Amino acid sequence: MTAPAVSVTGPTTARRGTKAGVDRWGGVVEFWLRAHTAVVYAFLYLPIVIVVLFSFNANRLATIWTGFSLEWYGVALGDQVVQSALLNSFSVALPNAILATLFGTMAALGLQRVGRKLRAVFDGLTYISIIVPEIVIALSTLVLFASSFSYLNDALGTKIQLGIPTIIAAHMLFNISIVLLLVRARLSGMDRTLVEASYDLYATPWRTFRQITFPQLLPAIVAGFLLAFTFSFDDYVITSFVSGPGSSTLPIFIFGQVKRGVSPETNAVATMMLLFTLAMLAVGQFALTRNARRSGGGSGGGMAGMIAEQSG
Amino acid sequence: MAAQVQTAEEAKGVRGRGKSALLTTALVFPAGLWYMALLVAPLVIVTIFSFGNRAKNGGWDPAFTLDNYSRLLLQPERLEPFITSLWMAVAGTIGCLLVGLPLAYFIATRARKHKGLFILLLVIPFWTSFLIRTYSWLIVLGKENLGGFIGTLVGDPDFRILGTPVAVLVGLVYGYLPLMVFPLYVTLERMDRTLVEASKDLGAARWATFRQITLPIALPGLITGSILVFIPMMGEYVIPQILGYGRTFLAGNALVDAFIQTRNWPFGSAMAVLLIIVMLITITFYVWFVNRGRQGREVSVL
Repeated sequence: MTAPAVSVTGPTTARRGTKAGVDRWGGVVEFWLRAHTAVVYAFLYLPIVIVVLFSFNANRLATIWTGFSLEWYGVALGDQVVQSALLNSFSVALPNAILATLFGTMAALGLQRVGRKLRAVFDGLTYISIIVPEIVIALSTLVLFASSFSYLNDALGTKIQLGIPTIIAAHMLFNISIVLLLVRARLSGMDRTLVEASYDLYATPWRTFRQITFPQLLPAIVAGFLLAFTFSFDDYVITSFVSGPGSSTLPIFIFGQVKRGVSPETNAVATMMLLFTLAMLAVGQFALTRNARRSGGGSGGGMAGMIAEQSG
Repeated sequence: MAAQVQTAEEAKGVRGRGKSALLTTALVFPAGLWYMALLVAPLVIVTIFSFGNRAKNGGWDPAFTLDNYSRLLLQPERLEPFITSLWMAVAGTIGCLLVGLPLAYFIATRARKHKGLFILLLVIPFWTSFLIRTYSWLIVLGKENLGGFIGTLVGDPDFRILGTPVAVLVGLVYGYLPLMVFPLYVTLERMDRTLVEASKDLGAARWATFRQITLPIALPGLITGSILVFIPMMGEYVIPQILGYGRTFLAGNALVDAFIQTRNWPFGSAMAVLLIIVMLITITFYVWFVNRGRQGREVSVL
């Protein structure tokens, strides 16, 4: 904030004077910084644009452009495998996001009320769930499921097997942690005086929660829900190891296609997935910036700001 | 994290304790259950299995043996995927740093009013499916496109990028770059720009200013970013499968091979434990480094 103020005062004029002499690389550095940034953004978007572009390719081969066509969208939407994968994806992502948001938010609220030791244990587990590589979580969860199911099935004569419920349960672990972190960050930045005031005015705890705490937490809860949904919708690694017969999701379909050679149909499915997740991000961005403006606090950067801050 | 402990303590004093203990338990229970059943239990089981024997038809036979670990650590070809992973993760981290630092610096110091937009433009690809972003490089680097183009430039018709470690590296840097840029941006954005002005006023050259002012200030973000990209790169599975055609065999691929293909759960478990130990060492180093350098400043792991 103070930098512009400084740059109009005396010393800067002196610096400007020396610029031509000592700092003659200034222009080059500025140019390089800009060029670098432009190239990196091109690097970030080029592959995505190419997938979208090739989904409209008239050719059978996914990698050579011949002409514009919407044919592959028809093929993709008419494909029964895609339809069932789409249905499975939603049947996993939605319950997972609802439950993870609920449990994560509950835990964030509950952790305010527990002792230091229990909180430290929770913090540790939250970080472990994020830090342990996804592939290790996926395989060890598979081993747990496979061993306990075979034990149960032998003992009780049941036929429990991997499927949509196991995918939901496995996705929820990571997502509970994400929601927990987001809501706790918001809680710690919350204005406590409002809660105190509410109690001073003899509001019941439930009413205080509903009218004071919850509205303030809402941006974090919304962001957590959208993150949980998107993670689950896009996840391949965990899903592929804890899914059973008939519970393939869209990422599993795409991975299978990619292994056989990318087709324009793959690109069409991918483009529809991209559009859908971007719409989620847009909803989050809109809801959060509007909310931030109205309540006058928190991160004004909306969804994007929140994600960037969390990793910072 | 430390700051909110204080507010929590204050909040507790406001309410009576009677039924609130029950409420607290109810609030924390579901998440706690998930952590126990799907994090602690699987990791404990894998640790136990790692000391066991392979059953005849795959799976696990109870035993206490260190065979799996000795095979893993003493047979070079068994350890090789880990070494490859380590190299790839280090190279990928350096790649992210070289690409990400100037970018974060630009956004933090030159983007002015458009900072939010630049960050949003970083979040968008990061938000979209990792799998799709990865396979898109199959098209870009394919022999009909960039791969073939470079091939004609060097005059080698058999030139390929896909299926080589280079393709895997490109995928790694591309996939995890935002995780490096976010923390770098956050630290550089908070930086007191007057220090840079002062340094210049004192006649320091650009490079000296960068090395002595900007870099030390950016260091916490740099370390956080490096950890954030190094850890998932170390355990990466999808990128080498797709862009490396499974030929660049990383730790993640070796794990899947042991658990799914050869169904040697005990040996796979030993590999999983080793991978977790590598992560723990990295994190410990990180925490040690950050604590050493900080004076009352908050730098969280995430």
